[in-house]
Amino acid sequence: MSDSRAAIEIENVSRRFGAIVALDNVTLTVRQGEFFSLLGPSGCGKTTLLRILAGHDTPDTGAVRIGGVDAREIPAHKRPVNMVFQSYALFPHMSVWDNIAFGLRMKKKPPDEIAERVRRALDICEIEGLEQRRPAQLSGGQKQRVALARAIINEPQVLLLDEPLGALDLKLRKQLQVELLELQRRLKITFIYVTHDQEEALVMSDRIAVMNNGRIEQMDDAEALYEHPRTRFVAQFLGSCNLLSHGRAIRPEKITLLPPDTPTDEHHLRVRVEEVIYVGAETHYLVRAGDQQLRVEVMNVKPGRQGFDVGQEVIAYLPPEAILTLED
Amino acid sequence: MRKTSPPEICFGERLSCRQQAIRSLFTSGPGILWIVVFLLVPLAAILVMSFLSRGEYGEVERRFTWENYQRFCGFGALGFDPLYPLILLRSLALGAGTALLTVLAALPLSFFIAGLPARWKNVALTLVIIPFWTNLLIRTYAWQIILAPDGWLARLAAAIGLVGAGQPLYPSIGAVYLGMFCDYLPFMVLPVYASVEKIDWTLAEAAADLGANAAQTFRHALLPQIVPGLVAGIILVFIPATGQFVIPDLLGGAKTVMLGNAVAQQFGASRDWPFGSAIAVLAMGLVMLGLWVYARLAAKRGEEAVL
Repeated sequence: MSDSRAAIEIENVSRRFGAIVALDNVTLTVRQGEFFSLLGPSGCGKTTLLRILAGHDTPDTGAVRIGGVDAREIPAHKRPVNMVFQSYALFPHMSVWDNIAFGLRMKKKPPDEIAERVRRALDICEIEGLEQRRPAQLSGGQKQRVALARAIINEPQVLLLDEPLGALDLKLRKQLQVELLELQRRLKITFIYVTHDQEEALVMSDRIAVMNNGRIEQMDDAEALYEHPRTRFVAQFLGSCNLLSHGRAIRPEKITLLPPDTPTDEHHLRVRVEEVIYVGAETHYLVRAGDQQLRVEVMNVKPGRQGFDVGQEVIAYLPPEAILTLED
Repeated sequence: MRKTSPPEICFGERLSCRQQAIRSLFTSGPGILWIVVFLLVPLAAILVMSFLSRGEYGEVERRFTWENYQRFCGFGALGFDPLYPLILLRSLALGAGTALLTVLAALPLSFFIAGLPARWKNVALTLVIIPFWTNLLIRTYAWQIILAPDGWLARLAAAIGLVGAGQPLYPSIGAVYLGMFCDYLPFMVLPVYASVEKIDWTLAEAAADLGANAAQTFRHALLPQIVPGLVAGIILVFIPATGQFVIPDLLGGAKTVMLGNAVAQQFGASRDWPFGSAIAVLAMGLVMLGLWVYARLAAKRGEEAVL
């Protein structure tokens, strides 16, 4: 039942460390050339899954196939996968050049080919001129690029990235997100990307598996996950969400606030404005109707003075098609 | 134009040079005094002594000479005699041999201890240190008993044909190395273990990820991380082991002179302090030169040397 287009197949994989269940019966398939993200809070099992794929850990039960081959038959150093570590794990005693050349040297490639491919990797990752430096002499962003070059030079079938941008500041992170995405499209390597940053996952991924407590809560593309979250965890982890009664929920930006004299039906709620937070492009309101507090996010589309004031009685419109029904 | 250096700022206070100097004297002064009185002065005294001569009755005469150094190099009053160069070589070989043996044992032992659960690590380290609680002489005499002809070890060795029946295992070069190894092992294990404990194992994973097998992973990802500990351990073992003479005496049969007993002899029985000083200065100079070269090589290879 091996799928020829599957780069990675994971079937019923479980892994526990003592009393802690890191992975609980996880099944997923990653297609070739796909940008696949594992998204979840720390401790959800996403890094364990990545380490199992890299061969640094073994599952207690279940099967892992890489390119159709049972992973148990391939030791870590022979797998057609490479990993970009969260801490970069650059060899501190080697120059950038030697770090990048390491994989090819281990494979005993001829020196000419190594030099040629290192130069190309330096070019692709835009770090020419740094090749004689030591990792200690690099900035965080440069280290990240070296780590990436060191991995892609081996032309892996699958590139595993463990929160690769986690240690960088926001601006650099946004820039590198775009670059990583372009790189992935260009090299056509399957990326498995571990992150706890929901926005990063939404921006970059073809598909996302949202993980919690060692289980996959939901697996879908970005839009489907955001618009149709199946569980409360997914709804709250991706973006923010107002929980209503009877397992229903609604996203803050789907609610419209209307003047108090608007005619109402059962989808309208008479509410009182408790807080107004102006954030430039949007204004965020906290409104209350009895016990129900709602968060409302309104785009500031019209020019000039926006919206409502604290203490004002207004009407909140909750469009029925925007109401989410959650399984739990 | 007159240049004035700006006053030093210390904890928000402006200090003149003079105040700065007085404060430094109070903080670093005692340490400097200690080193001067107990290290530099004696060293200088030995250095000066090594250029003086022995008088008729073993007293020190104030006559400047190179004779002591010539004599050590083998050019004595009775023509060339390689006695002292041989003593030096023998001592260096003993030091190097001991260092090598302890390195070979300390590496696996350190990895083993570092891999133990936290509770057992301290127990294991204590076990490594426990021999220290016994005097060196007693430990060495204990080896004599263990290696004696009627000891179980000698009988075992005889049974598998290593020595003839009823033969003792000492005095022998093997017994010397055994004693040296046991005496100096802790000096190697502790610094090596300290390095192994701090190893960043993600580097090993990274190496394996990039296709390195176990041996290559050790060579490229782990060894560079423990080089500082190895250098420290080699220094701690090699220097005292080179000067060691009690163990070679007791387990080697007192027939071989080492640097240590050569020095002791000159200051004792022979009453030739200048020559004894010359041996000490040469041995010290040689060891320091060796360590300096070693540190330079290590630094050149980019590994941090602890020196």
